[in-house]
Amino acid sequence: MQTIEWTDMADVALGGAVLGAGGGGDPYIGRLMAEQSMRRQGAVKLVSIDDVDDDDLLATACMMGAPTVMLEKLPEGTEVLRAFERLGQLLGKPVKGVLCVEAGGLNSTIPFQVAAETGLPLIDGDGMGRAFPELQMVTFTLHGVSATPMVLADDKGNSVVFDTISNHWTERLARSCTVDMGGSALVAFYAMSGKTAKQALVRGTLLLAQRIGQAHRQAQKDKTDPREAIIQVTNGVRLFDARVADVERRTVGGFARGEARLIGQNDSRGDEYALSFQNEFLVLERNGETYLTTPDLITLLDQDTGQPVPAEQLRYGLRVTAIGIPSDPKWHTPGGLALVGPGYFGYDVEPRSLDTLPVRREA
Amino acid sequence: MKRIGIDVGGTNTDAVLIDGRKVIAGVKSATTEDVTGGVLNALRRLIEDIALDPQSIDVIMIGTTHFTNAVVEGKALDPVAALRIALPATACLPPMIDWPDDLRQTIGNHAYLAKGGYEFDGRKIAELDPAEIERIAQACKAKGLSNIAISSVFGPLNSEMEKEAEKIIRAILPEANITLSADIGRIGLLERENAGILNACLQSLSSRVIQAFDEALKEAGFVCPFHLTQNDGTLLSAAQARRYPVLTFASGPTNSMRGAAFLTGVKDAIVVDVGGTTTDIGALRKGFPRPASLSVEVGGVRTNFRMPDVFSIGLGGGSLVRETEGGGVTVGPQSVGFRLTTEALVFGGDTLTTSDIAVATGAANFGDHSKVKHLPKDLIAKVRARIGEMLFESVDRARLSSEPLPVIVVGGGSMLVPDTLGELNVVRPENYAVANAVGAAIAQVGGEVDRIESLGEQSRSDVMHKAKQEAIAKAIEEGADPESTEIVDMEDLPLAYLPGNATRIKVKAVGELMHA
Repeated sequence: MQTIEWTDMADVALGGAVLGAGGGGDPYIGRLMAEQSMRRQGAVKLVSIDDVDDDDLLATACMMGAPTVMLEKLPEGTEVLRAFERLGQLLGKPVKGVLCVEAGGLNSTIPFQVAAETGLPLIDGDGMGRAFPELQMVTFTLHGVSATPMVLADDKGNSVVFDTISNHWTERLARSCTVDMGGSALVAFYAMSGKTAKQALVRGTLLLAQRIGQAHRQAQKDKTDPREAIIQVTNGVRLFDARVADVERRTVGGFARGEARLIGQNDSRGDEYALSFQNEFLVLERNGETYLTTPDLITLLDQDTGQPVPAEQLRYGLRVTAIGIPSDPKWHTPGGLALVGPGYFGYDVEPRSLDTLPVRREA
Repeated sequence: MKRIGIDVGGTNTDAVLIDGRKVIAGVKSATTEDVTGGVLNALRRLIEDIALDPQSIDVIMIGTTHFTNAVVEGKALDPVAALRIALPATACLPPMIDWPDDLRQTIGNHAYLAKGGYEFDGRKIAELDPAEIERIAQACKAKGLSNIAISSVFGPLNSEMEKEAEKIIRAILPEANITLSADIGRIGLLERENAGILNACLQSLSSRVIQAFDEALKEAGFVCPFHLTQNDGTLLSAAQARRYPVLTFASGPTNSMRGAAFLTGVKDAIVVDVGGTTTDIGALRKGFPRPASLSVEVGGVRTNFRMPDVFSIGLGGGSLVRETEGGGVTVGPQSVGFRLTTEALVFGGDTLTTSDIAVATGAANFGDHSKVKHLPKDLIAKVRARIGEMLFESVDRARLSSEPLPVIVVGGGSMLVPDTLGELNVVRPENYAVANAVGAAIAQVGGEVDRIESLGEQSRSDVMHKAKQEAIAKAIEEGADPESTEIVDMEDLPLAYLPGNATRIKVKAVGELMHA
């Protein structure tokens, strides 16, 4: 077991942004909320799923909607707790631990608030190992876990219970309900037993987020390269240094899509890259050929600060270091690729994993 | 129109006189503790130098860092009541939640939350409850709080509730200084609210400073109105600056870049401002600095002002030059700073600086040339090449597109910059040393629209057109000449993870100040 103090949340938030792979929303508000709860209620116990009984009931908490809206309409604060409590009532059995659905972006921080306020342990891991845009895109779906019963709660005290025929339907119905609730809402869902979670979880990702933030902070203090520190902690690969030469954006169905053109620098001088994103960075091409794709993580770090660069902040002239972080092996199975591979996002390319890169094979 | 621009910097207070579009004279004077003393000295010098008749001046523009410094130092700040209209939303993170403890204590930590606010699509989160606002106003009265900052959720989208609350409070506290978040900030509740609170805590100071400027100008014989410059390169009247001192934050770099644009007539360029220790680099688009996209902290408080996107490198006229073991050279970031005139070789010192290299190559003409005669040619060549590399890399980083923009060089260390950087031409304006004050003198009047629109039922072009008209109307209302008012910045950012095509729209219009 690990104890996470409120003062650790800045590290978790930075790590969450790295695991966001360009998306997932700014963790700042979630971090502040978790900090408030942890200052009041004390530290959060972060436990390994191996220390959870097979029969224990676990449930998942997160935010749904537009992170940009949440920067203006901050949550009331008890939404996620109400949703969590209501879900517990529906399940008819006490919930024994809190799960995280998405270790990338804003949702890396929300479960810390829930754990602090309920006094329940937080399970170290999540359902993605990164950020993805839709709620069925979790390893839980691969293991047959239903998102429902699910409770969606807003700032006014409304809550809606969903019972659906598939996780795709849950995504669809909950998304439009979120709009009526003001563009962002909080969710409790994906209840499962300890036994199922041992199979379905991407393990260790919350502690990883904290360690990423810590490594970044330490490197800045020691005046060493924070990018290398992040690569080391994540078992990642330094892909290339580049300058952003062009960014094109459009919105399709509420998701910010686009493509950035990057011109290689230093060791990659002469190479040209195209990076496609739909909130998250999903497909990277080098000199016209597929180089790396979802589900592995493509993350851009600012060359000067080592800070992760979200897709919405990409702009001409920005100098970045692209790194690749391996995703959980569950995502590389046929079922995983059907759910979150490039094809699902509408890209007509074969998935390419980090393991196919020469730099990785040599290592 | 004859105008004077004044830039109150950390070390120098500069003043320039501009007639029409011509720079007539520029002077430098030391900045004084009370700010107005330095301004008065600069103005008196200008009057003496060119036998200026103060009565002939139409308007004076002042750029100052005084209010920023007050917040950074936590000095001369008033207690503030921060009222947020938002409940039930936002309850978990009350006003000033993310402030440094000492600054929060300095202004009293009086945070109030009330029902109300708007959703992103314009619906009300809750109705405003006048009785609740009255109770809060009574509490402020009991505590003797008269500086009040009001914010509401999506206030920039609809400021009705903030205005309504102001009215209710004013009925109970007629003398209150009230700041509305919708008047000073953009989307991003905590950052906008923070800016509002900072503004409210500067009210006594702004009254004093504006009055002192007024008295100093009168004392020097000027009868014209004066304005202060704000961070986006536009103007605040003296009365507005008294109410919204927070808007003057970070006007320095903006003035320097705007001055560079004016002195050269170039509106799209990279500006390089070379000082003694550092060089600031930024991009100009349509005559205005490109704003930074990230939130900016002032005194440890997150705000979302449109600060210019300027970055600094450790290169200046006083930068140390050193030879490395491998036969290379390093330049900076260490600098002799203000000791240049005693420590550099050409001034009889024993430290090799970039200024010595500039004198040795003939790019600069000061000090004792004989002291740098011994420098080997290949060393000089290497240093020049290194400086060229440092500048090229920075300039390249600041470029907005692959288009070959000119590079405008201003500041006291301008002679370090070679005539070309890569394929880019370097432009050196006259009066480069007082570009900041020139930037203040030519500040324009602006109007801005920033809100979220749902594009579901209306076309994008209709929405943009409406926003443009509104921004222009705002600028004209602020005193811009309708003839010269134009849109200088426009962007729409789709909101991610939300169907219905909700889009954040930002439009900015500016025009020349209409001469009264």
